[in-house]
Amino acid sequence: MSLAVEVRQHLGAFGLEVAFETEGRLTALYGHSGSGKTTLINLIAGLGRPEAGRIGINGRTLVDTGSGIFVPAHRRRIGYVFQDARLFPHLTVRQNLAYGRLFAPRADRWADVPRIVEMLGIGPLLDRRPARLSGGERSRAAIGRALAASPRLMLMDEPLASLDDARKAEILPYVERLRDEAGIPIVYVSHVIGEVARLATDIVVLAAGRVAAAGPAAEVLARLDLATPEERDETASLVEAVLERHDEAYGLSVLRTAGGTWRVPRIEAAPGTRMRARVRARDVMLALDRPERISALNLLAATVVRVTEGPTDALVELDAGGDCLLARVTRQSVVALALAPGLPLWAVVKAVTFDRGNAPGRTPGVGLAPTGRDTRS
Amino acid sequence: MDWLRLSPDEWTAVHLSIRVSTWATLVSLPFGILVAWVLARRDFPGKALLNGLVHLPLILPPVVTGYVLLLTMGRRGPIGGFLDQHFGIVFAFRWTGAALACGVMAFPLLVRAIRLSIEAVDRRLEAAAGTLGASPPWVFLTVTLPLILPGIIAGMILTFAKAMGEFGATITFVSNIPGETQTLPTAIYTYTQIPGAGAGALRLTLVSVAIAMAALVASELLARRISRSMDLG
Repeated sequence: MSLAVEVRQHLGAFGLEVAFETEGRLTALYGHSGSGKTTLINLIAGLGRPEAGRIGINGRTLVDTGSGIFVPAHRRRIGYVFQDARLFPHLTVRQNLAYGRLFAPRADRWADVPRIVEMLGIGPLLDRRPARLSGGERSRAAIGRALAASPRLMLMDEPLASLDDARKAEILPYVERLRDEAGIPIVYVSHVIGEVARLATDIVVLAAGRVAAAGPAAEVLARLDLATPEERDETASLVEAVLERHDEAYGLSVLRTAGGTWRVPRIEAAPGTRMRARVRARDVMLALDRPERISALNLLAATVVRVTEGPTDALVELDAGGDCLLARVTRQSVVALALAPGLPLWAVVKAVTFDRGNAPGRTPGVGLAPTGRDTRS
Repeated sequence: MDWLRLSPDEWTAVHLSIRVSTWATLVSLPFGILVAWVLARRDFPGKALLNGLVHLPLILPPVVTGYVLLLTMGRRGPIGGFLDQHFGIVFAFRWTGAALACGVMAFPLLVRAIRLSIEAVDRRLEAAAGTLGASPPWVFLTVTLPLILPGIIAGMILTFAKAMGEFGATITFVSNIPGETQTLPTAIYTYTQIPGAGAGALRLTLVSVAIAMAALVASELLARRISRSMDLG
C-alpha cells in the first residue's frame, strides 16, 4: 500500500503545507499539538477539503483539486479511530460494530467481526452501551468499529491521549497486534515519542504545518535536530535481533544481531523469534579502552561514524559491527575522548527495550483478512 | 354521579378533539423535522424570514391566524381553491380544517423542540458515521434521528396538547359545528354561553384535564425509557 499526500491548507494564521509518501505498515504522524496532525488526517479521511493538493491511496486518487476530484468521506473506505472514540451512544458495542460492517460493500467485506472482537478483547463488552465503558474499553471498541468497516487504511488520532498510563499500557499491545495481524496500513497520530518509537515502521514529523522529517522509523528517530528535551531522552537506535537461546542459570536471554550477540534480562519468547531492540542514546556509554570488571553485560566494539554536536550535548553515531548505535555524551566528553569519525572505541549498553514481532521479514501473523488476502503489499 | 355521564354529543366532541389533535401532530411532524433541520443546519438567504414565518402563529392573535387561514385555505382562497379543484381536499368548515388550524398554531412549538435537540447533537458522531461509509441521508436516519428522538417526542406531546386546547384559530377558520368542527374547547365555550349548562362545561373540563394528564404521563414514561436505553440518565 502506498499513501501519497501533497496538500496546502490555510486556517487563519495557521498554514499546513505538507507533502510526503509512505508505504509503511504503521506510519506515525508525529508532532506537537498545533503542528497540524489532526488537520492533516482529517483531510485524508475526507472530513476536510484542502485548498490545493492531491491525496491518493494505492494510485487511487481521493482528492485532486487540480482536476476537481473530491471523493466524499463515506466513499473513501478509510477507517478512523478518533481521539474521543465517538461511539454511537444509542447503540450497544455489538451494534456499533455492526454499524461499521453495514455500509461496507458486500464484495469487499473482508473484516471478520468475531476475530476482531477476539483480537481486541471486547467480547465481554458487546452488550454494553458506550456510557458504561471505561476509557480504555471505549478506545478498543472504537478500533473494532473502524476495523469492522473493512477499511483500506486506518487512521488513528491519538487513540491513547485521553487515557492514563495504565490504560495506555492496556491498549498499546492491541495496536501492535493490529499493525502486525490486521494487514491494513495504519496512519497513527501522536505527540508522544515513546508511542511512536514503539509502534512506527515509518515516521513523518510535522512541525508548524510542515514536514520536518520523513522516512523509516530507525532513521528518523536517530535525528537530533528534531529533539526537545523530552524527546532527546527517547532518541534511540533500533537494532534488529533474533532470540538465540535462553540462559536459564542467570535468567538471561541471548540475542543475535548483525554485529554480534547481546545478553539481556530474560524475554518471554521462543528461540528464533525476531525482535526489534530499542537502545536509547542516553543508555549507551563510550570508552576508549575495553572496560574491565564492569557490571554491564553488553560491551560492543564500535567505530565512530559521525558526531553531531548540539547546544548542550552531542549525539555520536556508531557502527558496531553492522549495527547502528547512538550514544549521547556531553560536549566535554567529545573533547576529552577526542571523538571523531573513524575512532575505534567500546560502547557500553546499559539498557535495551524490546518491541516484539516487529522486525521486517517475520512470518506474517494470522491476518484478519481470511484466505490469503494481504493488503500489506 | 349521573351528571358525570357524557351525552352522545359530548362524546362526539371528545372523539373529534382527539382525532383532530392526532392528525395535526402526525401530519405536521415530517414538516416540523424538515424545517427544524433546515433552521439548525443550513445557512441561506431568507433564513431569518423562514424563522419568523414559523414563529408567527406564536405571536399573532389566534383569531388573526384563523382569519389568514380562512383567506388562503378557504374554498375561495388561492391555496384552498387549488386543493379543492385538483385534489378534492377541503378544509373550510371541516374537521380537517380544525386539524390544519391546530397544526399551524402548534408548529412553532414543534419546530422549536426538535431544533434544540438537533443543535444538541454531537456532529462529530455524524462525521464518524460518514467515515464508516454512511452517506448523509443514512447518517441522518441512523444517527441524527435516534439521537433527537427525545426532542421529537417532546415536540409531539407539546403539539398534541396545544392542538387539544386550540380555540381562537379553530373557531375563526372552521367555526363551531357540532359533529364536524366542534372540539372540546369550543364545546366548553358553547356550554358557557347557555344558562344552566354548567355541568356540561365541568364534565368536558374534567375530560380535558384527564387527557392532558395522560399525555404528560405517557411522554414522561417514553422519555425515561429512551434515556435509559441510551444510558444517559
